[in-house]
Amino acid sequence: MPKKVRIPVGPQHPALKEPVSFSLELSGERILEATIRLGYNHRGIEKACEERSYIQDLYLLERICGICSHSHSTCFVQAVEEIAKLEVPKRGLYIRTLIAELERVHSHLLWLGVAGHEIGFDTLLMFTWNDREIVMDLLAETTGNRVNYGINSIGGVRRDITDEQIKKIMKAMDTLEERTKYYIKIATEETTIIQRLSGVGVLSHDDAVKLGAVGPTARASSVDRDVRRDDPYAAYGEIKFKVITDNHNDVYGRTIVRVLELMESYNIIRQLLQNIPAGPIAVKAPRKIPAGEALSRYEAPRGEDVHYVKSNGTENPERVKVRAPTLANIQAVAHMLKDRYLADMPIIIAAIDPCFSCTDRAITVKDLGQKSEGLMQWGDLRKYSIEWYKGKGIDFSNLKKI
Amino acid sequence: MGQAIYNILVFPGLFFLILFGWAAEFIDRKIYARGQKRVGPPWYQPVADFIKLAAKEDIVPEEASATSFKLMPLIAMASAVTAFFYIPLWTTEALFSFYGDIIVVMYLLTIPTLTFFLGGWYSRSLYSTIGAMRTLTQLFAYEVPLFVVILASALLANTWSLSEITKFYALHPHLWIFNLLGFGIGIIALLGKLEKGPFDIPEAETEIVAGSFTEYGGRLLAFFRLTLDIEVIVGASLLAAVFLPFGLNLTPAIGFVIYIIKVLFIVILLAVLRTILARFRIDQMLDFCWRYLAPLAFIQILINLLVKGLLLR
Repeated sequence: MPKKVRIPVGPQHPALKEPVSFSLELSGERILEATIRLGYNHRGIEKACEERSYIQDLYLLERICGICSHSHSTCFVQAVEEIAKLEVPKRGLYIRTLIAELERVHSHLLWLGVAGHEIGFDTLLMFTWNDREIVMDLLAETTGNRVNYGINSIGGVRRDITDEQIKKIMKAMDTLEERTKYYIKIATEETTIIQRLSGVGVLSHDDAVKLGAVGPTARASSVDRDVRRDDPYAAYGEIKFKVITDNHNDVYGRTIVRVLELMESYNIIRQLLQNIPAGPIAVKAPRKIPAGEALSRYEAPRGEDVHYVKSNGTENPERVKVRAPTLANIQAVAHMLKDRYLADMPIIIAAIDPCFSCTDRAITVKDLGQKSEGLMQWGDLRKYSIEWYKGKGIDFSNLKKI
Repeated sequence: MGQAIYNILVFPGLFFLILFGWAAEFIDRKIYARGQKRVGPPWYQPVADFIKLAAKEDIVPEEASATSFKLMPLIAMASAVTAFFYIPLWTTEALFSFYGDIIVVMYLLTIPTLTFFLGGWYSRSLYSTIGAMRTLTQLFAYEVPLFVVILASALLANTWSLSEITKFYALHPHLWIFNLLGFGIGIIALLGKLEKGPFDIPEAETEIVAGSFTEYGGRLLAFFRLTLDIEVIVGASLLAAVFLPFGLNLTPAIGFVIYIIKVLFIVILLAVLRTILARFRIDQMLDFCWRYLAPLAFIQILINLLVKGLLLR
């Protein structure tokens, strides 16, 4: 066996739920260096947004992520509402926040299960995912869907919440709180879990700030940052809650932050339901949004999500830019993988709760066959594909030029 | 001659082992599933898995050494089955026995692990190679405690033959209580040997796909999995014979039932441990085995020496 081995983890690998490529240089079981390559999931969503109306974009952007779908759609509507100067009714904001917190609960429970799976503890996975069904059912009942809720509209929300649903959610919160206490107990007392998590994937406070980590990853390195408190949006300004931080700096700390955030979320949901004001849930939004630009921030379960929208007075936005939380955290992963064991690789990657298909925003296409190393532009690509299909006997050249 | 062939191939040999192995796999998977709030597989799942795999095409990697690659599952199974004949099951007499067979059984039980290593090594895939290295590293961790506790029991019986050991414990019915520490160590070492539960490091799915078995498929994988099923029974029978030697002098029918109960008890114990523990890292496993398991195994030897000196005079 040579002294150094380079092994590919991904684009297809059981540890990864989505295609991304890690190239690890190993010496025995120890990782010397890790390089990350993104770009297997580029879907051209930003470009597609420019060709669709604001309402259509809302549904398209909701599909950026399968877990934090509400995060992206809320972030986008907030930017559009800011440009159009729409005043969303209180009740609409409360419902938006409620769904956001339910989404955080389901995302964090999902993460806990995935973390269990990555350290070879499938029992935890089965337990948490079983409890996650409670939240999924609540989401399905209040919004009509389990993941892509489609509850946001520009100027408010699309569905009201009934008193019966409020009672049901309140009751479910009690069950979930009890279950979460049990998970906190497991995470803090079970020896094999602590052994596998503590001291793994260390990211010091300074490194977290320098590498621009966000969300639970940063908060576990005692970076006290949370958009919900620092730049309140929706109904968060009227809710009392703590921002959970931890000083373990490792995967164990990230676990603690997430399970304690769950408890905080139950607290927020209870407050929202108790104080929800009566009234309309939405205002009518114009089809054409006046020219302007806005940047919107949102604390998604994985960290800070940023959307930038520029409008030009037509039905379609001129530019939409999305920065998903994983992009901010991915640099920290390469840092955390260095000098760790191969066995820690899955949990270190999973600890930032990665969502690679949310992250891929840009792609460069190079024609390696040509002598010039130039980038291919849209027109070149179009010409190339028409030529390629002509070779196969299909002629696309008469189609409408985009 | 006919009787011997019947014993080897049908009962209590190969056929019985395969059936019992499948039954044990089903029980293991069912308990694992119920412990995780899942429904679990139907009773015929292990058989169905075997038939499905056996019906598939064998694929040998281009770079692999084809002969070794194909031979490994057969060697693994042959050695696991052979070891079974020297273990006394429900009487004090094994099918075959000679002075020193305890060493032979231990080595025969090591051979499947070595074939996992060689199979992975000959696959030439990166994941297989790392899995193979881990298999071997793990072998060095659990093998010593396992050897030591089994020899400790033999020490008390003052013999090198498994059949003689059970005969001795049948004569001195309560002495097995002193070996309980050894039984616990044996269970943990067996988890490592079977690559199960917290010690499934060589085939850690989320890290190295399937370890040594990454490139295996079809009939070859089916035989490897069958070997693992058989190894569960052989390993459990060995522990039952050495550490739980009671109910051996009864009528064969009752003895048989007690034997089945003993083996199933060990299988259930393994399944429960697998359910409630997270996977160790290879360095943690080595650390655990050498720092705690090996010294405890030597304490077992010490206990047995004292018992031998004080009680068996």
